[in-house]
Amino acid sequence: MANKFVEWIDARIPMTKTWNIHLAQYPAPKNFNFWYLFGVLAMLVLVNQILTGVWLTMNYVPSAEGAFASVEYIMRDVEYGWLLRYMHSTGASAFFIVVYLHMFRGMLYGSYQKPRELLWLFGMFIFLVLMAEAFMGYLLPWGQMSYWGAQVIISLFGAIPVIGDDLTLWIRGDYVISGATLNRFFALHVIALPLVLVILVFLHIIALHEVGSNNPDGVPIKKPKGSVPDEEKPKFKFHERFTKKYDIVDAIPFYPYYIVKDLVGIGIFLFLFCYVIFFMPEMGGFFLEPPNFEPANPLKTPEHIAPVWYFTPFYAILRAVPDKLFGVILMFASIVLLALLPWLDRGRVRSIRYRSVLHKLNLAVFSVSFLVLGYLGTQPATPTATVFAQIFTFLYFAFFVLLFFYSKREKTKPVPERVTS
Amino acid sequence: MKKLLIALATLIPSLVFAAGPTVPLDEAKVDLHDKASLQRGAQLFMNYCLGCHSLEYARYNRMFEDLGIPEEVGQKNLQFTGDKAGDLITNNMSPEKAGAWFGNPPPDLTNVARVRGPDWIYTYLRSFYRDDSRPFGVNNTVFPNVGMPHVLQELQGLPEKTYEERRIDGEMQKVYVGLKTDGKGRLTESEYDQAMLDLTSFLVYMGEPMKLEQRRMGWFVFGFLLVFTILAWLLKKEFWKDLK
Repeated sequence: MANKFVEWIDARIPMTKTWNIHLAQYPAPKNFNFWYLFGVLAMLVLVNQILTGVWLTMNYVPSAEGAFASVEYIMRDVEYGWLLRYMHSTGASAFFIVVYLHMFRGMLYGSYQKPRELLWLFGMFIFLVLMAEAFMGYLLPWGQMSYWGAQVIISLFGAIPVIGDDLTLWIRGDYVISGATLNRFFALHVIALPLVLVILVFLHIIALHEVGSNNPDGVPIKKPKGSVPDEEKPKFKFHERFTKKYDIVDAIPFYPYYIVKDLVGIGIFLFLFCYVIFFMPEMGGFFLEPPNFEPANPLKTPEHIAPVWYFTPFYAILRAVPDKLFGVILMFASIVLLALLPWLDRGRVRSIRYRSVLHKLNLAVFSVSFLVLGYLGTQPATPTATVFAQIFTFLYFAFFVLLFFYSKREKTKPVPERVTS
Repeated sequence: MKKLLIALATLIPSLVFAAGPTVPLDEAKVDLHDKASLQRGAQLFMNYCLGCHSLEYARYNRMFEDLGIPEEVGQKNLQFTGDKAGDLITNNMSPEKAGAWFGNPPPDLTNVARVRGPDWIYTYLRSFYRDDSRPFGVNNTVFPNVGMPHVLQELQGLPEKTYEERRIDGEMQKVYVGLKTDGKGRLTESEYDQAMLDLTSFLVYMGEPMKLEQRRMGWFVFGFLLVFTILAWLLKKEFWKDLK
């Protein structure tokens, strides 16, 4: 009976085929480690954001007069509204945590290198859209930080010569942030950007499954057809799409092996996620900033305007530069350079395991710079803090410049033929 | 690298302390399980604060229920505005007039504990002092030049800044040592502190009325996740046996 039903569907859409290509007969390297969990977690958080977002929309009022009160209404009068709201607000931060770790994984193991350039670019577009999505979402509660944070960020576009002022006016739809801005941000936040995000995630996964996953050794698991003796081939059946052109080694089917492994990771992640939701939803003022519990007041500027933590590394770079336009350029450059990694890294060895000491050091300094900049972005811009921001901005950019030069003739360790387990 | 680390280690504290509160805050030992304290806090709020400060996002009946007050009792003793138990806790002060009277309209206090934190509120309420240069004759050490009169003066009395003569570097100097009430209030100092803790606790409750439910649910969720993760781990072990 069930078989008949599946056959009926398969005759009409490629259900079983899709399942096999992407899950049950998809060859995943057998040596994935902890770092390979964050892609799945990002998907989980995306689903969480979409579902809680839909239900929040049912009671949210997108107007300057009603927005703040409607969020309080959700928190107090809607059944489990507080849970939906905290799941959504915590999810926003969790999204960035897992995405940053996911990107760092790509840097650790050279996952952006040929042939995964497009995969990496789709990822970078996801990151950009995610930032826009988070920024617009943060305006919606219409609290003081929502309002003034948006004011500061939008005014950045005013630094662009000639068209700057008109551009900010066009973005806001008003001379200051107002109900008009709130309404368009709402539309973009709940419809346009999520749609783009989901499409990009789809493309990201299609691109991944076309070229195959990288792994902690950075060694391809696809070998030339006929080069691998039968006894060394895995005992699993992989889809002919993968085995037609290559001999696959050291791989296991994504389903069930990595699905069940990821379930454990998801369980552990949810412990941390739920700890925040149920016991410290503000996360000490990092996930929900205290001034945002005060309604937006265009006449009262907060003493210290800080964006939410996930923007602070870039915000610190912006503030490190005395000239506003140059600061904006540098801030965007810090993201563009990440996108250009596949071409800046001219090395042929992917994984950090087999790369030079210089590269390890360079990546370590880069990571520390990113974290320190993130911290500095949350603090008031005192002269000392600014000097530090400048030092670490320099180190952040130095990573890319150095990488470009040493990667061509890097002293790497011998790379094994096959993945190590 | 080492030098940089040392420089960092010595400079980060100066960054951290650059923007701290000017007055040290006293810790408010809020206990949301203490319903009697919350009820006393609600009573103080409705009698002394609500005239100017609303709790416009909260409803009377929700508060009665959460604080364990029967609805009729609550409506009779604590509800002075609106007539339905499901009404929002608002007042009749017009923001325009209030702005003219106080400089700024008195803010709504539903979320004040989330904005300022309990310690700030607790200390603020106990930090009014006599200052004849101010329009209402009082000032506040936590919130300098606040536009609010000392509404609780009949309970606390009117504190004054007290100074002590101390020898510093061989010279006698006047040192500010704290506030001391004139003792004309109805409450003793410790009674007043307790009353302010009650009021603070009530405002903390107001900020997150779901807090206790949220924590309780959190433990259940943890229980579920524990079972889920253990089962997932066993499942993983079972499946991965094939790969050995």
